[in-house]
Amino acid sequence: MPEVNEGQLEWRRPSPRLLTLRRVQVAVVVVPLAAVVAALLALGTAAWGAVLGAGVVLGLGVIAEWIARRRVRAWRYAEREDDLLVQRGLLFSRLSVVPYGRMQFIDVTAGPFERSFGLATVRMHTAAAASDARIPGLRSAEAARLRDRLAELGEAQAAGL
Amino acid sequence: MNRADGWHRLAPVSPIVRAGRVAIAVAVLLVPTALRGGDLTRDWPQLAVVGVLLVLGFVSWLVTRWLIDGDDLRIETGLLRRQSLRFPLAQVQAVDVVRPGLARLFRVAELRLRMAGSTGGTARLAYLPEREVEPLRARLLALAHLGADGVAPTDEVEERVLASVPTGRLAASILLSDVGFLAVAILVGLLVTAVEAPAATTEAFGGSAVWVLGGLTILWRRFNQEYKLTVAEAPDGLRLRSGLVALTSETIRPGRVQAVRMVEPFVWRRLGWCRLEVDIAGRQRRKGEGEAQRAPLRAVLPVGSRALAEELLARIVPDAPTDRLRPPRRALVKSPLRYRFLSFGQTDSCVVTTTGRIRRVTAWVPLAKVQSFRRVQGPVQRRLGLASIHLDTAGRSVHANLRDRDVREADGVLGSLVALARAARRSR
Repeated sequence: MPEVNEGQLEWRRPSPRLLTLRRVQVAVVVVPLAAVVAALLALGTAAWGAVLGAGVVLGLGVIAEWIARRRVRAWRYAEREDDLLVQRGLLFSRLSVVPYGRMQFIDVTAGPFERSFGLATVRMHTAAAASDARIPGLRSAEAARLRDRLAELGEAQAAGL
Repeated sequence: MNRADGWHRLAPVSPIVRAGRVAIAVAVLLVPTALRGGDLTRDWPQLAVVGVLLVLGFVSWLVTRWLIDGDDLRIETGLLRRQSLRFPLAQVQAVDVVRPGLARLFRVAELRLRMAGSTGGTARLAYLPEREVEPLRARLLALAHLGADGVAPTDEVEERVLASVPTGRLAASILLSDVGFLAVAILVGLLVTAVEAPAATTEAFGGSAVWVLGGLTILWRRFNQEYKLTVAEAPDGLRLRSGLVALTSETIRPGRVQAVRMVEPFVWRRLGWCRLEVDIAGRQRRKGEGEAQRAPLRAVLPVGSRALAEELLARIVPDAPTDRLRPPRRALVKSPLRYRFLSFGQTDSCVVTTTGRIRRVTAWVPLAKVQSFRRVQGPVQRRLGLASIHLDTAGRSVHANLRDRDVREADGVLGSLVALARAARRSR
């Protein structure tokens, strides 16, 4: 285990609703696509062709769901005394360590999908464009709590450039 | 130009200097016509462009004014869309004085304040009378350093010259760079054509004229920019002065260097030459913005020996690491071309990394300047038990990357770097 994990670290995870959201997003793409493929094939070939085509698309959808599920599970974050840890990624696993003192501002965004699930994305910005501290799929209350806590800690520990 | 309420105007010749470049271009275009005894009135559109530029420049001059207001520099400009800009002097990273050829003719200079912040603002005062620029620069730096109570030093502070670049070496180094090789190749090609098939020369030249001109422009710009570059150390920061036709002098405030980079291209390495660049906070590359679109880094030493570069480095980054650790041999599988250059070293206040495929790039990052850390592990790295650690800085393009370290080593180093960086932030 990485040494930054020393001591008892309290890892938190995005809300389980994020998984539901990702599933809905996959379904929104896959189901109409399967219907269109089936309809087109039904015009040209026999019925079995249409069923096969739709089946392939739905199969790909199942794989996409599997990937989405594993990716959602890979997100986790921990608030330490001086910095925020964010881990994410399946194929490329990334662990970001962002000191509160380096924080410039915090973004809380919620797209239409996220909003309908009562979720939001919190993002911490530093003076470096490469910094990458984004936590998606937080319940609105948790997002607000995290935002306020980060802002408070950032102000307390602020360090100049 | 002072008025009762403290607002200042720019130099009255500013519109002429601004329109001057276009005017010269138009004049060059018109010369052949005039020489042939042609009718210049047929070229009225070009002349009109110059005229319009002059009028616009004059209006812009008329509505632009600036003021030092406590800790801020305020600039008001714009006729239709009035802009009131406020630049907090405490956030100034560097102050540049730029004097293009035409501005020198009229004894004026442009003052630029480079500000921090990734959205990047530069306060530009173009142009100010030459004799006012130096005192203003000193005053702005004093204000930036000490706040509103700061008193500008009355006389010129003494500075210590650290290095300067001989012209011959600069010219040689430019010819031995990538663009230089290309230009030389094209010229040789043209010469060979001229000797072998004189008849085809005009055609060949016509075809490659654009390339030749483009290449020469780039070479000239580099030469002009880095001609007689002198680095000096003064109490108000690191001073860089250079230029042949266009003169620039730059003052980088102490402690504002985010990272230092040394580049050693393939051919230069044989000659023991290198280039030393500093990175300060400023506008960063956005997503989708290519490598070529960002401004090149300012060279502290355009070309010089390693020993000289190391001497300069010690001035800019004290406590630079001397020992380097190589990555494990299995990193060869993941980065076959980079492997021979990969290494990193650390002290309590600074990290150094080297990388590069053909040219060797060494980056120094003071831990007090690190904005965030990232540990990244890709699929190939996971298979090999490797991981990379990125140190993100507020600089424009230099980032340290501890590439392809052993996983256990990487985790240990990450833990200790995070702790050291915290201590470095606190101690300032």
